Amino acid sequence: MGVQGLTYLIVGLSFALYIGIAIWSRAGSTKEFYVAGGGVHPVVNGMATAADWMSAASFISLAGIVSFVGYDGSVYLMGWTGGYVLLALCMAPYLRKFGKFTVPDFVGERYYSQAARTVAVICAIFICFTYIAGQMRGVGVVFSRFLEVDVDTGVYIGMAVVFFYAVLGGMKGITYTQVAQYCVLIFAFMVPAIFLSVMMTGHIIPQIGFGAQLLDAAGNNSGVYLLEKLNNLSVDLGFAPYTDGSKSMIDVFCITGALMVGTAGLPHVIVRFFTVPKVKDARVSAGWALVFIAIMYTTVPALAAFSRVNMIETINGPDQKGVAYETAPDWIKNWEKTGLIKWDDKNGDGKIYYAKGKMEDAASPNEMKIDNDIIVLATPEIANLPAWVIALVAAGGLAAALSTSAGLLLVISTSVSHDLLKKNLMPNISDKKELMYARLAAGIGIVIAGYFGVNPPGFVAAVVAFAFGLAASSLFPAIIMGIFSKTMNKEGAIAGMVIGLLFTASYIIYFKFVDPTANLAANWFLGISPEGIGMVGMVVNFAVAAIVCKVTAAAPAHVQEMVESIRFPKGAGEASSH
Amino acid sequence: MAFENNDKAKGYWNENLRLVLGLLAIWAAVSFGCGILLVDVLNEIHFMGFKLGFWFAQQGSMYVFVALIFVYAAKANALDKKYNVQED
Repeated sequence: MGVQGLTYLIVGLSFALYIGIAIWSRAGSTKEFYVAGGGVHPVVNGMATAADWMSAASFISLAGIVSFVGYDGSVYLMGWTGGYVLLALCMAPYLRKFGKFTVPDFVGERYYSQAARTVAVICAIFICFTYIAGQMRGVGVVFSRFLEVDVDTGVYIGMAVVFFYAVLGGMKGITYTQVAQYCVLIFAFMVPAIFLSVMMTGHIIPQIGFGAQLLDAAGNNSGVYLLEKLNNLSVDLGFAPYTDGSKSMIDVFCITGALMVGTAGLPHVIVRFFTVPKVKDARVSAGWALVFIAIMYTTVPALAAFSRVNMIETINGPDQKGVAYETAPDWIKNWEKTGLIKWDDKNGDGKIYYAKGKMEDAASPNEMKIDNDIIVLATPEIANLPAWVIALVAAGGLAAALSTSAGLLLVISTSVSHDLLKKNLMPNISDKKELMYARLAAGIGIVIAGYFGVNPPGFVAAVVAFAFGLAASSLFPAIIMGIFSKTMNKEGAIAGMVIGLLFTASYIIYFKFVDPTANLAANWFLGISPEGIGMVGMVVNFAVAAIVCKVTAAAPAHVQEMVESIRFPKGAGEASSH
Repeated sequence: MAFENNDKAKGYWNENLRLVLGLLAIWAAVSFGCGILLVDVLNEIHFMGFKLGFWFAQQGSMYVFVALIFVYAAKANALDKKYNVQED
C-alpha cells in the first residue's frame, strides 16, 4: 500500500474513533454540555487540556519556527508552558471553588457588575474567534497535502467533522474525544523525532540526543556535538549562532511574559479547570496538563535542531557548496509543487544552495525559499522514514487542529448562550432552550471559522499575537485581582481592563495594520515588539486598577466575603449555573 | 465559617501566599533568570553537551515548571489538612 492509501486508512480509522466517542458520550443536559458533569479524572482532564492547547499551529509550525530562529524560539517554548504554572498556582483552585462555568461568570459576580461581565464576554469571544480562524485553515492544509484535494474541500470536510462532535457531544464528548486525539497527535509527533535522534546521535530519547555527539557514517561518535555543529553551520552560512539568536534581551523577556500571562488568561484553557470534581483535582490537573504538553514541547527544540542539520546538509551537500538539482532528493521536488519550497538558480551552476538572506535578494547567495510549515510535515520524507510514518503525521496534524477547534467552539457557544443570553438578554430561558442556543451558536461559529478557513486573512500570525496580548492585558489581571485582593472594586477592574485592552490593541493595530513599514525595533516602545506589548498592557491594567480603586469605594461586604470563601477548598460543591 | 477563628483564617492565607510566592520565585528564576537575563553568563558553562543558558531556555525551564505544579499541589493539600479546610 502506498503513502496515499495508508493516509486514507490511518486518518479514516482515527476519525471513526473520534466520532464513535462523540456518539457514545452525547451530552443530555446543559451541565454535561458545559462541564462534563464535573466528573472527569485529573489525568484524563490534563490529557484533554493538552490536546485542546496544542493546535495545528504548534503541531505543524512550532518546530519549524524554532528550527529557523534557534534560541529566539525559546519565547514560545517557555511562554506556552510557563503560563500553566500561573494557572495552577494563582487561578485554577480558586476558580474551581467559586464553582461557576465560565470566565465571564467569575468576572461578572466578583465585580458585581453586568458591565464587567459584558467586557469579559467580548474579550472571550474575540480571543476564541482569532484562534479558531487559523485552525480551520490548518485542517484544510493538511487535507490538501495528504489527500490531494484542494484546500477549500479540506476545510469543508473539517467543518463537518468538528460540527458533528462539538455540537452534539458538548464538553463531555469533547473531553473523551480529545484524550484520543492527544494519543494520536503525540504518537505522530514522537515517532519521527525518535527515528531522527537514533539515526543522528544513537540516542532513543530526543531530549538527550539534542545535546549529544553526532554519529559519523560508520555509526561511531564523531566527537562533534550536534549543537556545536549547528552553530558552525549557521555562522558559515551567515546566520547568528543557533544557540544565541538575534532578538534583543528585553524583547525576548516581554514576549515570553506576554505569552505566559496570555496563556493563563485564555478562556478555553481556564474553563478546563471547572470540569474536575474537586479543588484538589484542579491543582493537580494543571500539572498533568503540563506533563502532557511538555512531552511535546521539550521534543520540539530537539526535532528543530535535527531537522536543521539534516536540511542544510541535504541541500548544501558534504562540501557545503550545494548539490546538483538533478541529484537532489525527491522531497525537495515534491514540496516545490506545493509552493512551500522554491529554488532560484541565481549563480547558474545548476546546484541548489541555502544561506542567509532572501532568495529574491540578488546580493544574497541564498537560492532557496523554505516555508516554516514544512519542517514537521516533510521530516519523515527528509529522513527517509517508512510510508506509515508520513500517514501518521497527517493524522496527528488533523487531531491537533480538530481538538483545538472543538474546544474553542465550545467556549464560543457557552459565551453566547450562557453569558450573553441567559445572564444578560433572556434570564428566564429554559435549560433546553439554552442548550439549543448553545448548539446554534457553535454551528454559526463553525460557519464563520470555515469562512476564514476558505478566505484566510493574510495576517494569521498578527492575529495570534493579538489574542495573547488581549488575554494578557484584560482577563488575566481582572481574575488575579479578583482572587488576591478583597477590596478591588468594579470601578478599578473595569477601568483596568478597558485601558489595558485599549493600550495593547492600539499598539498592535498601529504596527501591524496601520503602518506596518514602521514595525522596526527603532520605533518600538522601549524596544518591545507588538508580540510582547501585552506584558506592558498587563502592568498598565494592574496600575490603573490600583489607582482607581484607591479613589473609589471598596467592594461591598458580601463580595469581600465571597472572595474570602473561594480561598480555601472546604465546602466546594459541584459546579453550578445559578 | 470554615475556620475556628479569624487568626486561623489569616494564618492559612498567609502560609498559602508564602508557598505560592516562593514557587513563583523559582518559576521566574529558571525562565526569566537563567533562560533570558543570565543566558550569556550561563552559556559559558557546558552541561550534557548543551550551553547551560540555552538548555534552561529550551529544556530545563519546562522540566522545572512541571515539578513546581506537583510540589504546589502536594503542599497546598497538606496545608488544607493542617487547617482542616480540605474537602469532605
